[in-house]
Amino acid sequence: MSTQPNSEKKRAVALISGGLDSLLAAKVMLEQGIHVEGINFYTGFCVEGHTHAIRKKDKAKPKRNNALWSAEQLGIKLHIIDIIEEYKDVLINPKHGYGANMNPCLDCKIFMISKAKQWMEENGFDFIITGEVIGQRPMSQRKDLLPIVVQESGADDLLVRPLCAKNLEATLPEREGWIDRDKMKGFSGRNRKPQMALAKEYGFEDYATPAGGCCFLTDKSYSDKLVDLWKARNKKEYELDDIMLLKVGRHIRPAPHFKLIVSREDGENKFLQGYKKNFAFIEIKSHNGPLTLIDGELSDDDLKLASRIAARFSQGRDADVVTVKTTTKEGREQQFDIPPMPTSEVKQEWYI
Amino acid sequence: MSLHKLDARHTLCPMPVIKTQNKIAGLEPGDLLEVTCTDPGALSDIPAWCRINGHTVKETRENDDEVVIVVQVAS
Ligand code: SF4
Repeated sequence: MSTQPNSEKKRAVALISGGLDSLLAAKVMLEQGIHVEGINFYTGFCVEGHTHAIRKKDKAKPKRNNALWSAEQLGIKLHIIDIIEEYKDVLINPKHGYGANMNPCLDCKIFMISKAKQWMEENGFDFIITGEVIGQRPMSQRKDLLPIVVQESGADDLLVRPLCAKNLEATLPEREGWIDRDKMKGFSGRNRKPQMALAKEYGFEDYATPAGGCCFLTDKSYSDKLVDLWKARNKKEYELDDIMLLKVGRHIRPAPHFKLIVSREDGENKFLQGYKKNFAFIEIKSHNGPLTLIDGELSDDDLKLASRIAARFSQGRDADVVTVKTTTKEGREQQFDIPPMPTSEVKQEWYI
Repeated sequence: MSLHKLDARHTLCPMPVIKTQNKIAGLEPGDLLEVTCTDPGALSDIPAWCRINGHTVKETRENDDEVVIVVQVAS
């Protein structure tokens, strides 16, 4: 911890997610003359970036990373930290369990705040800021759980939550007079109006309003795909490529030992091209059609079944036969004609 | 001043930004870094990161599949 005298400008590291709350929390501290720098953790599951870059239909929308955008609005530096490897243990073995889906929010918060504390110490900062508001999210922001985050992260009373500080015990920066408790906020609960009013007061417009949480793990369909991946592999593990691919295409499992990832449009097709060297794949030759990656080991019969399913998603779906080319992981190619599977035969339970 | 290259192809944002940030941490003021990406999102994210951190984007080039961004490290 820094030992600067009170007269020197105190330095705070703010967890910047890209959402409105962290933007406001940092601004409340800047208004008090604190030197603030942002930190943003990349777990691999973050909603920021990604899908907008994959799906072509989103191309018309301006692309921006909301954490960078927040930092720019605030006029502060932002440090983006890759925690993909360390995060695996948080997700695979969460001490406090999962939320409604595969989101280990409480363990995630504890982990991120402990990482922020480490960063704070390494870089000579004095305290940590987050945009948490009591009672806003069911799992990680309950009032009785906030002390757990403080204790288990090791942040103790160096963790300041400017948006709800008035409802909490005074932290060290408040007690020491580094920051003025009277100028902090007393927000609580799910009502977003106070935040929106404060954003207006500060002149923030066009801020991000993510519907779910800050990551894909709060999404049911994404979580189902992750659980399916672990079940098929018989172990809870993943690499970055695995979790990227869960965001792309239709995922179809016609048999326990293999899964197909069928692209839905050009953007996904292009993205999946980058994975051809890691997977066996199916291409449609006689018609326009998707690229299909195959995850698993297939017999010749499996490959025929997979090709019929892939053909069903091509423009030749109503033709008598479609020409497909299959390529194994080792690069062995085979081309043949096959009748596309009728829609009625593609079982609903195959879709993950 | 020297020219360095960074291959951030086949990674999605924010990885190209993280790779750029980590590479620049080891470069000298005034050095140039040429970053090649396949995620078009890098065209907005890397310049935004540079603006925040005081580095200069000297050039951006784009073709069908790749974007190239040349950054000069802040002095
Ligand atoms: S939504 Fe995701 S990133 Fe946010 S706290 Fe929960 S697990 Fe962590």
